[in-house]
Amino acid sequence: MIRTEEMLLNVGPQHPSTHGVFRLVLKIDGEIIIEAKPVIGYLHRGTEKLAENLQFTQIIPYTDRMDYISAMTNNYVICHAAETMMNIQVPEKAEYLRILAMELNRVASHLLWWGTFILDFGATSPLLYAFRDREMILNLLNELSGARLTYNYMRVGGVKWDAPEGWLEKVRDFVPYMREELKGYHQLVTGNEIFLNRTKGVGKYSKEDAINYSLSGPNLRSTGVKWDLRKDEPYSIYDRFDFDVVTREDGDAYARYECRLAEVEESLKIIEQAVEQFPQEGEIMAKVPKILKAPKGETFVRIEGARGEIGCYIAGDGKKEPYRLKFRRPSFYNLQILPKLLEGENISNLIAILGAVDIVLGEVDG
Amino acid sequence: MVQDLLHSSPGLANFGIFFLLATVLLLVILGFVTYGILAERKVLGFMQGRYGPNHLGGRWGLLQTVSDVLKLLLKEDIIPKAADRPLFIIAPVIAFAPSFMVMATIPLTDNLQFADLGIGLLYYVAISGMSVVGFLLGGWASNNKFSLLGGMRAASQMISYEIPLVMSVLGIILLTGSLNLNEIVAAQEGVWFILLQPVAFVVFFIAAVAELNRVPFDLAEAENELVAGFHTEYSGFRWAMFMLAEYVYMFAMASLITVVFLGGWLPLPFLGFIPGAVWFALKFSLVVYILIWFRATFPRIRADKLIEFAWKVLLPVALANIFLTALIKELLELF
Amino acid sequence: MSGEKDLEQLKKEAVAKAKAAAAAKRKAKELAESGSAKNTVDDADDLARQKAEAVAKAKAAAAAKRKEKELAESGSAKSTADDADDLARQKAEAVAKAKAAAAAKRKEKELAESGSAEPAASDEDDLAKKKAAAVAKAKAAAAAKRKVMEQAGESTEAGDDDLAKKKAAAVAKAKAAAAAKRKAMEQAGESAEAAEAGDDDLEKKKAAAVAKAKAAAAAKRKAMEQAGESGSAEPAASDDDDLAKKKAAAIAKAKAAAAAKKKAAEGAGDGGDDAKAKAIAAAKAKAAAAAAAKAKAGGKAAASAPAEPEQPSPNQKYLDKYVKIITEHLGPDVLEDSYINKLSKDVPTLVAKPESYKKVAQYLKYNESLGFDYLSELHGTDFQTHMEVYVHLYSYKNRQSVALKVKLDRDAPVIDSVQPLWAGADWPECETYDLLGIKFTGHPNLRRIMLGEDWIGHPLRKDYEPYDVEV
Repeated sequence: MIRTEEMLLNVGPQHPSTHGVFRLVLKIDGEIIIEAKPVIGYLHRGTEKLAENLQFTQIIPYTDRMDYISAMTNNYVICHAAETMMNIQVPEKAEYLRILAMELNRVASHLLWWGTFILDFGATSPLLYAFRDREMILNLLNELSGARLTYNYMRVGGVKWDAPEGWLEKVRDFVPYMREELKGYHQLVTGNEIFLNRTKGVGKYSKEDAINYSLSGPNLRSTGVKWDLRKDEPYSIYDRFDFDVVTREDGDAYARYECRLAEVEESLKIIEQAVEQFPQEGEIMAKVPKILKAPKGETFVRIEGARGEIGCYIAGDGKKEPYRLKFRRPSFYNLQILPKLLEGENISNLIAILGAVDIVLGEVDG
Repeated sequence: MVQDLLHSSPGLANFGIFFLLATVLLLVILGFVTYGILAERKVLGFMQGRYGPNHLGGRWGLLQTVSDVLKLLLKEDIIPKAADRPLFIIAPVIAFAPSFMVMATIPLTDNLQFADLGIGLLYYVAISGMSVVGFLLGGWASNNKFSLLGGMRAASQMISYEIPLVMSVLGIILLTGSLNLNEIVAAQEGVWFILLQPVAFVVFFIAAVAELNRVPFDLAEAENELVAGFHTEYSGFRWAMFMLAEYVYMFAMASLITVVFLGGWLPLPFLGFIPGAVWFALKFSLVVYILIWFRATFPRIRADKLIEFAWKVLLPVALANIFLTALIKELLELF
Repeated sequence: MSGEKDLEQLKKEAVAKAKAAAAAKRKAKELAESGSAKNTVDDADDLARQKAEAVAKAKAAAAAKRKEKELAESGSAKSTADDADDLARQKAEAVAKAKAAAAAKRKEKELAESGSAEPAASDEDDLAKKKAAAVAKAKAAAAAKRKVMEQAGESTEAGDDDLAKKKAAAVAKAKAAAAAKRKAMEQAGESAEAAEAGDDDLEKKKAAAVAKAKAAAAAKRKAMEQAGESGSAEPAASDDDDLAKKKAAAIAKAKAAAAAKKKAAEGAGDGGDDAKAKAIAAAKAKAAAAAAAKAKAGGKAAASAPAEPEQPSPNQKYLDKYVKIITEHLGPDVLEDSYINKLSKDVPTLVAKPESYKKVAQYLKYNESLGFDYLSELHGTDFQTHMEVYVHLYSYKNRQSVALKVKLDRDAPVIDSVQPLWAGADWPECETYDLLGIKFTGHPNLRRIMLGEDWIGHPLRKDYEPYDVEV
């Protein structure tokens, strides 16, 4: 009889496919995982404590760095929270600019996720195709806000910069191009036998589990819960756009993959409509006092980010800095289900499962 | 010429000549490896919408591999403290040596061949199996869990895929009646075996990709999963030896496929004026290109699925192929 | 809380300025005696050195020692001795001043009216101190001006100009603020009796605001005249700002008074209620006036305008439903409070008591008609009097949110864990424990997830001192 031993394997924090500084302590028996313990906190930068000494406009760059891949939605959540608390009306043009920025960012984020997800499986080409398209989006956002990744674009009451000349046309041209590319991606990867083999039935969880573990975003919608904050608790001007909420029933990695690619499609629809409805005239910033003071009280708002529900809690006490600022970061909550999913799984499936959860470590640690 | 040399009496001069010829072959193979690596990077680059290396040696980066090898030679030789030193040092050698040894039997043209063994095909399969020991040793001696896992995976994969590899060529052997590679080429004067044995070709090709540890079967060096599998701890020239082994095997396997299925140096009809060596080179390049194409396109198969695939799919198909070939051969002989 | 800190800062500033003024006075006297241009440079140095000393005495001593050495080398040991003497004298003077200030404060407190609000008293103290500081400042300004007129050097002149301007502006503002406050207090004293007092109040306040504005404008003009044209718009700008702030404050005050009056009028009140309401309004007005008077100290104009008369929120029925169900099943006093949070998209908020927190949470989750199966957010906050855990729940069935809060004792924050109910509360509770120190009983694996295992302290607490190894 062969005597086998349990081995303690440490995946990360430096590892090619853990998407950041994330450590997973695995107890494995051969190739089967017996227990998985995630260790996070390597990227904790104390944003919440820092925010207690910063004015609202000064906090916005910090929010960029939390979920650095889709920074516009982070910018938006704190602006939205402050606006809700101080009852500020955002002008039309600013809302449209915000929507365009957020949806473009959502597409870019999903593209990056797609590329790295397939890269984890060993296919190197899709990453380069995804990055080529993401470059176009990043160039667009660069023209709009001046930065490629950490935009610092939104302000409480509006946005900082107006769309430059010709920007809208470029966005309008981008949509059909991206649709063509998406078709190509589906042809290349989605039907691939090997890929299906590696993702179908992998990392399955039920609807009840998803709700119990506070999952959100595509992780939740892939189990059949039709819930998208843009449709169900509309914020900004999302109620003016016509788009679907994509759900799948299976709850495995492939379902999440399909959900995300379909979400790219829906985002393209929103971008198209926003470009059509874009008001040519208008203010981009509401009349807000130079120094914003959070009124006494608290507020909690949540929006639909690329990875799930981003929330922002502000407790104010009349000063220009918030008394307490807390972000509800989706990747942090989404990652909690990982130990449960990994029990009894193959090490090769570990990568597939981790990739399909789509975490960004800046967001997990905050 | 080589035959005469082989049959002449052993002496120092003879040995010297053989040594020289072997060195020449080694240099040719190294030349192939150099430009094979560059070709892979360039082709991969173009398939991915980017240029490959285009910095060194002109627009096509012709000296890129040379500079890479130079860099690797100049690197610090790091051996982990707790590694098993003798095994650590000898593992790359064991991995590389068989890859060069199998080149002895492969007929590059009707005149260029080192050893015309009666059991050429069997010799190839047997010797190439020895590399597994090298990979396994590399994984074990590194004293690294990732390497160990990688080495184990490599071993299990290579052993599993050797069976369909051999089984699929049994059909060819049935048709030619000999294991001699020259005779196999000669038997393709009329029709290349790829047309007579398509199923065998597919099985053989897949098994060959698995033997070469290339995508989609490159678990052993799965960068994303195990950092770098069994050669995680190897750096500098030792690592280069493993890579060299892989590329020389690619050369050897591509040549074997050309010889066994694509007619070796035999020309296409009506194009006999082009010399055999060129034909061999063209067919060989086509095989290498398809291997690179696979790398650009496919994701990786999971470890357990891989083994399952070998035993549950490829092997039965290969056996069925043998059965069918034998049946058809007998029926044809009856008529 | 932070208001007191500003008070402290103000006191410190006042003390420093008084010291500076005293030193300047002495130097002016010496100037008059010696009349040499060289000493003015020394004076500027002295001023700077004294200021530094107010902040870090050690640094000044070290600098003085260094100067001693240098001067000893060059051979003018006399001036260092003078400097040392000056330092000692200044220290003594500062001590005396502080004692005087403390004595004055005590006297003021004793003299204060019994019915007046707290901020008024402290404002009076503040005001008294400010008056003293302003006097000293004015004297210093005069001395500085004299210096200015005597010197020829440009750079120091500009600096002194700024200083002079600022001091003058401060003086004017303090005077105006004092005047306004006095008027407001007088008015507040009267308004507690009659109904019309409210209107009077309003009008008088308006008048006071106008007067203040006029005074401020006059002060600005004076300041500009005094300073001439050395192009530093800052004091002017700050005056403008202050003006605007005062205007805003006045408007806000007016609104507040009107609203309070309306509320008082609407509320089912008898005369007593009215009087009380008006007293409250008056007190608020006083506080607002005091805040406006403190405009220089940081522009905290009346930030929290009290709410306009509210319309019932659309979510009120949900709140009532939740409260009803919970109190029906768990008893009438499990909830400490329940309200609609208007700032947060009208989410019904329940504040549970620590003992009943877990039961309420269970009820919210398992009750058929409530069914809050999704935990959206869980975190803790350190309000310095207590700690609070905020839980935001959502029900997919009914498509409604609710916020559940629980107030904890700050010194021993312990509460039940809701992880057995919602598995998604696992890591947020660990994070709250890690950063705030709130212990969750019943949590399967409460540990520090963000900071390392050997971290000392809980950073998000307001009294967290970072433990720096090298400092």
